[in-house]
Amino acid sequence: MLAIERLSKQFGGVKAVQHVDLDVRQNEILGLIGPNGSGKSTIVNLVTGVFPPTEGRVRFKDGDITGWPPHRVLAAGVGRTFQSIRLFGGLTVWQNLWVAQNAQSEGGRGVLRRWLAVDRASMTKIEATLEFCRLLDKKDELASNLAFGDQRRLELARTLAAEPDLLLLDEPAAGMNAAEIEDLRERLLALKRRGKTIVLIEHHMELVMTVAERVAVLNFGQKIAEGRPAAVQDDERVREAYLGQRR
Amino acid sequence: MEFYFALATLFGFRILLGLSAYVVILTGQISMAQAGFYALGAYTAGAATALWGWPIVPAVLLGAIVGAVFGFLVGFPALRVRGLFLVIATLAFTEIVRMVFLNLKYTIRVGDRTIGPAAAEGFRGITYYFENGWSSLQIAGFTWLFVLAVLLAFWLMDRSRAGVVLRAVGEDELAASSVGINLTAAKVSAMTLGGLVAGLAGALYAHYATYLSQEEFGVLLASFAVAYPLIGGTGSVLGPIAGVLFFSLLIDGLRFLGDWRNLLFGVLIVAMMNVRPHGIIDVRLVRRLAALLRPAPKRAYAGD
Repeated sequence: MLAIERLSKQFGGVKAVQHVDLDVRQNEILGLIGPNGSGKSTIVNLVTGVFPPTEGRVRFKDGDITGWPPHRVLAAGVGRTFQSIRLFGGLTVWQNLWVAQNAQSEGGRGVLRRWLAVDRASMTKIEATLEFCRLLDKKDELASNLAFGDQRRLELARTLAAEPDLLLLDEPAAGMNAAEIEDLRERLLALKRRGKTIVLIEHHMELVMTVAERVAVLNFGQKIAEGRPAAVQDDERVREAYLGQRR
Repeated sequence: MEFYFALATLFGFRILLGLSAYVVILTGQISMAQAGFYALGAYTAGAATALWGWPIVPAVLLGAIVGAVFGFLVGFPALRVRGLFLVIATLAFTEIVRMVFLNLKYTIRVGDRTIGPAAAEGFRGITYYFENGWSSLQIAGFTWLFVLAVLLAFWLMDRSRAGVVLRAVGEDELAASSVGINLTAAKVSAMTLGGLVAGLAGALYAHYATYLSQEEFGVLLASFAVAYPLIGGTGSVLGPIAGVLFFSLLIDGLRFLGDWRNLLFGVLIVAMMNVRPHGIIDVRLVRRLAALLRPAPKRAYAGD
């Protein structure tokens, strides 16, 4: 579904990502792990067009989306969340989703509906998404007034409102407590059942190893392993990357 | 009574100017170009009635359209810079406009009078109101017709998805683009709309003032344009109005203090920024007021 080919990004002398190949298959959950600074978020930023790659291609559903601006990448069907939460703090919870609700325009007659009043159908969709993310009771709160865990949930809800087919989730469990992580696990599996494809960047190994069908490991901007979670866990190079070399 | 009509008219120009900066500030941009759009609207509309003999309504609309066209044009290069750099870039635009009018000579003679922009001597003879025998009340009413129309349009915009999208861009550009907002379209639209309203304000002002001089349209006017919404708050269209009232009451209300006025003026602005850093009417105040006006939602609280 998403094919990353020899993707590289250099910031001055720093090689953040070097010749990474990655295939994401339809309706799978792919775990993308690696130590801090290994280039995971950079890959998300390269795919979603936050900055252009130095080298390599990004293909999505047989189309080349390399270097497209973020809003076009989203329209093509790739949504993402941010590692550092980036909500529209001065807007209410449901308005955050309203902003995102634009990919699914229904031709010319939708123009007025898209830009003026909120219609019944959009509101129903927004409420359904909020309910799915367990935020419906906080619908009218200001986003900046939400508790941390709810802000993380709203990040996901906002991206879902844009109805992407592929979700790139950048550390969605960061800072969450055990109960919240358990809830997130359920959400991810529910999304998969709904036909979404997910790339899960996470440091919380237990979560990654239990929801992902495949895991890819990055270290110093290079992919060092890929495969089933159990196999990757036993990989010597992965152990070295996380724990250091055995003496 | 004449005095109050004149005051209401002046307030109308200031509110329109504040609203023109307000829509741009919603997208997180501070533009000093509003004074340039205002000047362009003023000179264009003035030329339309005084030199080309147009009626007032099309002349004012032409001024607004010229403001919008320049807003659109300034919008594109302005996309490449942000923050202080945008302030400098847009200020340069305002200065360029001013320099053009300082050198523009395009006059006609009517009897013993010279009418039109006469370079450094200014633009004399925009006497449409006088020639048509308009009273101060009529001028104030005509001005406020436009002020109310723009207020209503902006009030509706704030409730529409378009308004929410502009605010989203102002809150976080990267997040907005990642959920599908075209930043170029959003920012250029805001700048165009801001240019339209500033041009309209200038066009109305030209006919009230009857005489235009380029030095009115400099840094000071540009600063006031952004100060109205910044001090008044960007929570709602009432913000720029609050800003206009705050400044106008300070400027005219503190006259009895003589030279001490300027000192106190500065102190009050600093104090204001500390007490209400997001302006007098910010998002939170708007929400609290809206909650007061709305009937209380029936919610069942368990326990507490």
